[in-house]
Amino acid sequence: MIDCKNIGKSYVNGDVETVVLKGITFSIKSGEFVAIMGPSGSGKSTLMHILGALDTPTSGSYHLDGHDISKLSDDELAEIRRNKIGFVFQSFNLLSRSTVLRNVSLPLIYAGVPPIQREERAAAALTSAGLPEDRWNHLSNQLSGGQMQRVAIARALVNNPALILADEPTGNLDTKTGEVVLGTFQELNSEHKHTIVLITHELYVAEHADRIIHIQDGMILEDKKNVRKLIVHNHKA
Amino acid sequence: MTISDLFKETYSSLTVNKVRSGLTILGIVIGIGSVIAMVSIGQGAQSSIETSIQSIGSNLLLVMPGAQRGPGVQVSAGRGSAQTLTQEDADAIIKDITSAKAVAPEISRRYQVTSPGKNTNTQVVGTVSAYPGVRNVEVDQGSFISDQNVRSIAKVAVIGPTVRDDLFGSDTIPIGQTIRINKVDFKIVGITKAKGGSGFGSQDDMIFVPLSTAQRFLAGDTYVTTISIQAENQETMTDMQQQVTDLLVSRHHISDPQLKDFNVLNQSDIVATASSVTSIFTILLSAIASISLLVGGIGIMNMMLTTVTERTREIGLRKAIGAKKSDISTQFLAESVMLTFLGGVFGVILGWLLALAVSQFASIATQISYNSILLAFGVSAAIGIVFGYYPARRAASLNPIEALRYE
Repeated sequence: MIDCKNIGKSYVNGDVETVVLKGITFSIKSGEFVAIMGPSGSGKSTLMHILGALDTPTSGSYHLDGHDISKLSDDELAEIRRNKIGFVFQSFNLLSRSTVLRNVSLPLIYAGVPPIQREERAAAALTSAGLPEDRWNHLSNQLSGGQMQRVAIARALVNNPALILADEPTGNLDTKTGEVVLGTFQELNSEHKHTIVLITHELYVAEHADRIIHIQDGMILEDKKNVRKLIVHNHKA
Repeated sequence: MTISDLFKETYSSLTVNKVRSGLTILGIVIGIGSVIAMVSIGQGAQSSIETSIQSIGSNLLLVMPGAQRGPGVQVSAGRGSAQTLTQEDADAIIKDITSAKAVAPEISRRYQVTSPGKNTNTQVVGTVSAYPGVRNVEVDQGSFISDQNVRSIAKVAVIGPTVRDDLFGSDTIPIGQTIRINKVDFKIVGITKAKGGSGFGSQDDMIFVPLSTAQRFLAGDTYVTTISIQAENQETMTDMQQQVTDLLVSRHHISDPQLKDFNVLNQSDIVATASSVTSIFTILLSAIASISLLVGGIGIMNMMLTTVTERTREIGLRKAIGAKKSDISTQFLAESVMLTFLGGVFGVILGWLLALAVSQFASIATQISYNSILLAFGVSAAIGIVFGYYPARRAASLNPIEALRYE
C-alpha cells in the first residue's frame, strides 16, 4: 500500500546542498503497524513529512494506495492528506477554544461532509479512540494530556484514512499515559485493521509495533520484524 | 467548507480576543461614521439650497438687464441697476414666445413705507396678475393684484406677512387699510402666505403693487427690472432661453450676441451652479473623513497580520488535515470582512446619530441617503477584502511543515 522507491531529499540553502535522505526503499502493506525509529537528525522527520504528503521527495517515487504522489501540487497534496492520511502529533495540535467534537470533526468540514454525518462519525472515532463520552463537549484545553492525545487520535481516525501517521505521539506524555496511548494504537491496528506508522526516537516506544525500520544518516540501517510489547489495559488515561 | 461553518469559525476566532477585535472594529466605525455624517451634512446643505432656489418658482427663466459690453475697460454697475428692459420687451415676449406658460414683468426697488404710526424700509415690486403663479407666491387673505388693477393704474397693494407684522403687528388683518409708499397712498387688498426665509431675499418682506402704478407713481418711467418667464416644462427651457435671447437681441438691435445688454438666467443653471459648489464641499468633507477610514483599514490589516502569526501552528494543523490554500485564505478573509462589516453597521448608526445631532444642535439640515449607506457598506466590505487580502494570502502560503514547528 505504501511503496517507496529510492527516495531522496535534499535542501538547498544558498550554495550549500544538504542531503537528508539518501535513497530509501521500503514498502508497507495494508494493516501493518510499523515503527520508524532513528535518532534526531537521521531524517526520520523528513521521511514522515514525505509519507504524510506534507512534502515531496527530490528524487525517487512514492506510491500511496496506488497514487503516485511524489510530484503533486500543494492543493493536490492537501486532497491526499484529507482523504488518505490521519496525523497524530507530539504536541496534539488541538484547537484549544473548540470543543472535543468540533476538533474531531474538523477534517470532515474540509472534506465537505454534511453536519449530521459529521457528528456520527466524530462520535464513532472518539469511541474507537477510547475517550469517555462525558468529555465530548468539553473544550479541548480542559483535558489532560492523555485525553488530548486521544482526541488527536480520534481526529486522525475520523476520515477513515488509509494511513495513520503518529509523530512521537508519546513525546509529551508521562510513561504511564504514553503506554495507554500506545495501547490504543495497538488496539486500532489489531481490532480495526488500521495501518499505522509510528515515528519515534525511542526503542522502547518502537517496540510496541510489529516491525521496526531503523534509520540513520538518511539511510535504512535495519528493517526487521518485532514481537510487539503488549500493553495490559489496567488504567485509563 | 459551508457558509455556516465559515461563520462559526469566524465568530469563534473573533470572540477569542474581544478587546482587540472591538478596538479594530472601532477604527472602521469611526471611519464609516464620519463619512456618513459628512456626506449627510453636505447633501443636506445641497438640498436646502436647491429647495430655496426652487421656492422662487418652477421652470423659471429670469431676464435681467445688464450693461452692454463694449471693448475697453469694463466698469459694471450693480446687477439689475441698468435700465435696458422695457415694458415693450415684456409685451413682445408675451406675444412672440408662445411656448411660455406665463410671463411676469416686474419693477422693484426699496422704498420707505409708512402706516399710521409705524414705518419700514422694504422691497416694493410692481407686477402683474401672472406673478403669483410664476414666482410661487400664494395669497393668504384677500386677493392678488388683478389685470383690472393694472389697467386702471389702481393704487392697491398686497403685502407680505413680514411687512404686515412691521406695520400693523402680527395676527392683524389690515385689509382695507392704507399704507404710504414714497408719499403715495395705497389701499391694502391682500396679504401673501408666509414662505419662510429663502436665501435669495425673503418674499415675505415684500409689497406688491400693479406694474402700471409702480411705473407711473413710483419709478416714473417704463423700464422693468426683471421679466420672469415660466416654461411649460423643464425640457423646453433651453429652447425658450434661446428664443428669448434671439428676440431681445433683435429688438435691442445688437449685432453681436456676445455684447448683449441683458442676461437670461435659466433656473436650472442657478441650481447647477449652487449644486456644484455644495458637491465640491461634500467631496471635500468626505475626503477628510475617508482618511480615518483608511487608518481603520490599516488597523484591520495590522490585527490580521498579528492573528496570522499567532495562529501559525493552527494554520499548519489545518493544512495537515487537508485544508487547501483557498480554505485558509477564505477563512482569514472572512474574518477581516466580518470585522469591517460589523464596523460598517455600527458606523452607519454612529453617522446617523452624528447627523441627527448636527441638525438638532447646530441647526444645519442633514440628509442621509440610501446611497451613502449602501456606499458605506460597499466601502467597508471592500476595505475588509483589500486589507485582509495580504494577511490571508500570507496565511495560505505558509508551509505546513514549518507552520507546525512554529513556537
